[in-house]
Amino acid sequence: MQFSFTSEQEEFRSVLRRFLEEKSPATAVRRLMETEAGWDREGWREINQQLGLTGVHIPETFGGQGFGFVELGIVLEEMGRALLCAPYFASTVLAATAIMNAGTDGQKLALLPPIATGDTIATLAFTEPNGRWDAEGVETSATPGNGKFRLDGVKSFVLDGHTADLIVVLARRPGSRGDEGLSFFTVRGDAAGLSRRALNVIDPTRKQARLEFRSVEAELLGEEGGGAKPFARTMMQAAACLANEMVGGADRLRQSALDYANLRVQFGRTIASFQSMKHKQADMLVDVELAKSAAYQAAAAATEDDADLPALASLAKACASEAYMQTAIHTIQIHGGIGFTWDNDTHLWFKRAKSSEVFLGDPTWHREKMMQAWGV
Amino acid sequence: MSEPTEASVRAEARAWLEANWNPDLGLIEWRNKLIDSGWGVPSWPKDWYGRELPLPLELVVEEEMKRIGAVGVAKTGIRRLAAATLLAHGSDMQKEKFLRRSLTGEDTWCQLFSEPGSGSDLAGAMTRAEFKGNRWVINGQKVWTTSAHHADWGLLLARTNWDVPKHQGLSYFILDIHQPGVEVHPLRQMNGHASFNQVFFTDAEVPPEHLVADVGKGWAVATTTLMHERRGADGVGRWGMASDRKGRIYDEERAEIATVMEPYKWYPQRAGRVDLIVERAKATGRNTDPVVRQEIAKLLTLSKTAEWTALRARAAQMQGRPQGPEGSLGKLVSSHVARAAARVHTLITGADAMLAGEDSPMNGVIAEILISVPAGSIAGGTDEIQRNIISERVLHMPKEPRTDNDRPFRDVPKNIVT
Ligand SMILES: Cc1cc2nc3c(=O)[nH]c(=O)nc-3n(C[C@H](O)[C@H](O)[C@H](O)COP(=O)(O)OP(=O)(O)OC[C@H]3O[C@@H](n4cnc5c(N)ncnc54)[C@H](O)[C@@H]3O)c2cc1C
Repeated sequence: MQFSFTSEQEEFRSVLRRFLEEKSPATAVRRLMETEAGWDREGWREINQQLGLTGVHIPETFGGQGFGFVELGIVLEEMGRALLCAPYFASTVLAATAIMNAGTDGQKLALLPPIATGDTIATLAFTEPNGRWDAEGVETSATPGNGKFRLDGVKSFVLDGHTADLIVVLARRPGSRGDEGLSFFTVRGDAAGLSRRALNVIDPTRKQARLEFRSVEAELLGEEGGGAKPFARTMMQAAACLANEMVGGADRLRQSALDYANLRVQFGRTIASFQSMKHKQADMLVDVELAKSAAYQAAAAATEDDADLPALASLAKACASEAYMQTAIHTIQIHGGIGFTWDNDTHLWFKRAKSSEVFLGDPTWHREKMMQAWGV
Repeated sequence: MSEPTEASVRAEARAWLEANWNPDLGLIEWRNKLIDSGWGVPSWPKDWYGRELPLPLELVVEEEMKRIGAVGVAKTGIRRLAAATLLAHGSDMQKEKFLRRSLTGEDTWCQLFSEPGSGSDLAGAMTRAEFKGNRWVINGQKVWTTSAHHADWGLLLARTNWDVPKHQGLSYFILDIHQPGVEVHPLRQMNGHASFNQVFFTDAEVPPEHLVADVGKGWAVATTTLMHERRGADGVGRWGMASDRKGRIYDEERAEIATVMEPYKWYPQRAGRVDLIVERAKATGRNTDPVVRQEIAKLLTLSKTAEWTALRARAAQMQGRPQGPEGSLGKLVSSHVARAAARVHTLITGADAMLAGEDSPMNGVIAEILISVPAGSIAGGTDEIQRNIISERVLHMPKEPRTDNDRPFRDVPKNIVT
């Protein structure tokens, strides 16, 4: 598989980049990250309306733009670059993708259009306090009765979980284990019996919540007991998406380090003229460009539903996680003392890198998955 | 008098401590007593509160202090650097005025070296010191000044001559922080703490007797301060730990640590907290994962060998042998350890590594490690500067060609924005 962007895609990227530079400068990021919600409905609606971002990969029949994961990847890369504070990963990437994978056509027709327009903010609640990213980690139970289900359990690390209007929940038939008995459900954000608490997170630009379900009435999404497959698929696609978002952040850091090195004078010359700085820049470029290739390859595989997606998604997630973190470490280092301050923007991306490194599974976990997918 | 031996020093120190140690004394009162006895800083010169004991015997005295639970002289933070610098370069009057009060803890210090335009290149300082009438008048700005908000005095590097090459135009002063010409503004760090500051001088004043060494000789003095700073950053030292014992003196010590040591409360986290790794791996069950085990083993190897190397350097120093290359590596190695530790903590902590504050494991300690370690490879001389020092001074590799020290400082290119 050989990957390159079309000129339309490149044009879309540059429009989006300029747009986000204008709408989401670091000052806006800092303002929003200090709020409990972490994003604001008005501002997000305004950004979204002009470009229709929330529906990018949602089929036109369900109210979306009908593009694929490559275009979604472009959006995410640019959002990662801008560190946009918006419930985009939660709603469009995780929840909409899960609904597309798990729901019946009728459910998709009902649920996806408002997500595609951005009127409904959704999220996916799958991980629990045990911090596992696989089906085995799901303990929340779904007890049937009167054609409905009641959810009991605790979800954690739920992106924008305290502000979402709609929550897609992964739960299991009581007594089941592993891939057996898993199903998706939907719950309104204000459902009775659901208590939501914003978590104190290391990356304040992306909020997470802990959700406690106490006999919460839920609608089944898709087939009862058939959640494992769509869940696994959603996780792969999300990993590919996160990789694209991460390379955007990494690229932005790399560039900011370069700009700073070209300005900063020590010993009567710019620090960019020191070989150690040049080597760092060259290493970062290698890391970031390799990670971009991995991320793009994974997005293309997701679009084409390539049989190699499981391996490629994990490869990209692991590769991008390490490139992002390493770039963040170098970028602080190149800035010297100022890089360690709150007022310098570098730490905002550093913290996103740290959080993304473990979100959806850390590099060691994904490398193992890649090896398994390749039958090694 | 015969040469002191380990046995004689131990016996003498023990006898003195048993006769004099009293936890109901005031902290300052006790430290004055300790200083007068010569047991507070036994390796110092006899003229200055010491006994000229070789370093290994100083450790024997420390053991005896610990055994009886006695509080030592104040030596944490910048005051350690101030004392070492003044001991080496200060006038008798300066030693008289500052050493004792630093040892008792009555005076605290900060290091006014880095500026917005000069960090690695400290000799590029632009803060101006001019002799007017009968005093030095200081104008300019320092930055990243740790603990300036608690300090009484500052070790100030300032420019007294712009027409000579950069290193020759610097002078070293002791500056009184508590004066109208000095303004201290806290600077917030990426980990939320504000242990360092910006310090502004507007016609701040320094009396002539607070010039350390001669005019234009400031760089040599600053080098002494830096050497002690970097040597202290080898990861072997410990940050002030309050004891939980009862008694007036312990209460006063706890109060001192709570205020003066407040800026340093995240410093253990910045070093990576390797000490927590095994305990955390067991608590999370991650110690059973072979990949995690390998990473922990690599980290422990790094951290142990770093510690042994530092101790080897210290031992050589104590035996009075010239330091080998091992003595210059500590600072660089400690930032490798910190970074590796942050990586392994993340691996062990998994999803919880996304949390902070009270939601993060160990009530925020783990999160604080992850967002504090980047300081270690910058503070006190960056990793790159340490590598330059190792390659040029230890390995004698050719120096980088320089264009900034062969001409009057006035003509050296500088940062546009400062
Ligand atoms: C937590 C903390 C506490 C501090 N406390 C104090 C304090 O109490 N008092 C004080 O005076 N200062 C203090 N500092 C400042 C510290 O000493 C400086 O930040 C440090 O020396 C780097 O200087 P700089 O920030 O100006 O970075 P710069 O010197 O601008 O460095 C930027 C980058 O250029 C690189 N570079 C610079 N010169 C070279 C070269 N010749 N070769 C290769 N690479 C080079 C550096 O390694 C770095 O990566 C503190 C800093 C921190 C982070």
